[in-house]
Amino acid sequence: MLRTGTSPALEYSDLRRLMDLQLGDEKHTFSATSTLDVIWVLYDRVLRIDPDRVDDPDRDRFVLSKGHGPMAYYAVLAAKGFIDVAALRTFGRYDSVLGHHPDRNLVPGIEISSGSLGHGLGIAVGMALGLRARRSPARVFCLVGDAELDEGSNHEAIAFAGRAYLENLICVAVDNRSSSHGWPGGLAARFAIEGWSGTTVDGRDHAELERSFTADHVGRPHAVVAMVESKG
Amino acid sequence: MSATMRERFYETAAGLVSADERMAVVLADIGVGRMPAAERAHPDRVINVGIREQLMIGVASGLALTGFRPIVHSFAPFVVERPFEMLKVDLGHNDVGAIVVSVGASYDMAVYGRTHETPEDVALIAALPGWRIYVPGHPAEADQLLRAAALTDERVYLRLSEQSNQLARPITPGRLHVERRGVDATVIAAGPLLDATLEATADIDVTVLYMTTARPFDADTLHASLTGDLVVLVEPYQAGTSSAEVSAALADIPHRIAAIGVPNIEHRKYGTWQEHNAAHGLDARGIRARILRALARNR
Repeated sequence: MLRTGTSPALEYSDLRRLMDLQLGDEKHTFSATSTLDVIWVLYDRVLRIDPDRVDDPDRDRFVLSKGHGPMAYYAVLAAKGFIDVAALRTFGRYDSVLGHHPDRNLVPGIEISSGSLGHGLGIAVGMALGLRARRSPARVFCLVGDAELDEGSNHEAIAFAGRAYLENLICVAVDNRSSSHGWPGGLAARFAIEGWSGTTVDGRDHAELERSFTADHVGRPHAVVAMVESKG
Repeated sequence: MSATMRERFYETAAGLVSADERMAVVLADIGVGRMPAAERAHPDRVINVGIREQLMIGVASGLALTGFRPIVHSFAPFVVERPFEMLKVDLGHNDVGAIVVSVGASYDMAVYGRTHETPEDVALIAALPGWRIYVPGHPAEADQLLRAAALTDERVYLRLSEQSNQLARPITPGRLHVERRGVDATVIAAGPLLDATLEATADIDVTVLYMTTARPFDADTLHASLTGDLVVLVEPYQAGTSSAEVSAALADIPHRIAAIGVPNIEHRKYGTWQEHNAAHGLDARGIRARILRALARNR
């Protein structure tokens, strides 16, 4: 329903246009674009998923926990053929499938319905447990924001995932220093102390992001802290 | 008396996990060690996340999203109230199923006080769309309802209690069971309050319907078996939890409702659930007095 299946492959350079389609003009803010490069690199170079087989039980999962500002997410999904480019123009309308927070029930290929902060990582832990129980090779990539990590529910998930040795779980924390009270010592330390492997990278550097997403982390979950410009 | 609802639950859940590789159990410390064989044999599907109830529901959602049928279980306050937004979003809004099994009911553990009491549980779950709510009154019924829930992918809340009726009824999930037919009024007794209700009405000529599925409410059976213009609800949780359902079911029939249940107050007492029942008029004596008062106003 959402995709034509015939649209030509779109590139990173098309994303700005795809975001403009959602907003009518060039209004987007950093909250929308802080995630752009991370999501692009995942869909372009890392995730083993196919818009023609969004129900494949062994697909990699991308879980957008930070559901706020999903324009970059929708733009990448459109570029990669998961949603019809034309649907982007309906962003936020009453009948649109593309709300200001995404809903998996409206868009095949969106893995979770999110919006309120602090839900995605717990769900991602459950997915990783389920995939491991089924001996699936699939991995779960969960995107959170540094301000989102204020929510205590994340820390339930971070602590448990480390102790459960969830090697198939990768958490990408996009850090634009928007947490009101900050994270002294950096975000990576919050994961490391719970037994995760982790790395802090330039959230705009595609090669570095790709390397960090595909780095070995045998026997434990992996955190990638993607540093981007400070918010406003 | 054989095993309690809670004891039967652990036994049945362990059996379901062993028999069906889609079944999983997610715990937050409460209940750990109660299914030792299943915990040992299926460590990947009997999961204890520690004292992390928000995560417990998130994990259940993730398991459901990867093809499993999760059971989550804890004391009622910790599985309903603590992670309430996770029930709404991770399960409801994401539209995946789970079986949420609580123990402790309204005040089974009254000695622990208010923090461990949840007479609000059914009202809270009922406020969320798409949930099936079971309130069994006997361990065999609880077992039957759990097994029925395991066969579906629905969101199910199964409320287990220490309090129990002497005998199980031949219930059908989703339906009110017609326990007795009478003339003067229709009494709906929920779960473990059936025995007290029958004792209270032994010499009163009323229809008694037995409710073990609180949601969706069985409007059809109530409508079809209505006698008199008075409906008395006897619920072991917050008073009036099902009043709006009764009203909606009888929108075309003039009727009155007397809602008997736990009052919505901070009741700062300890002791036993029997003492709390007596204090709230939820023993046979109290129920009888309320019904007689309501009937007197009828005449």
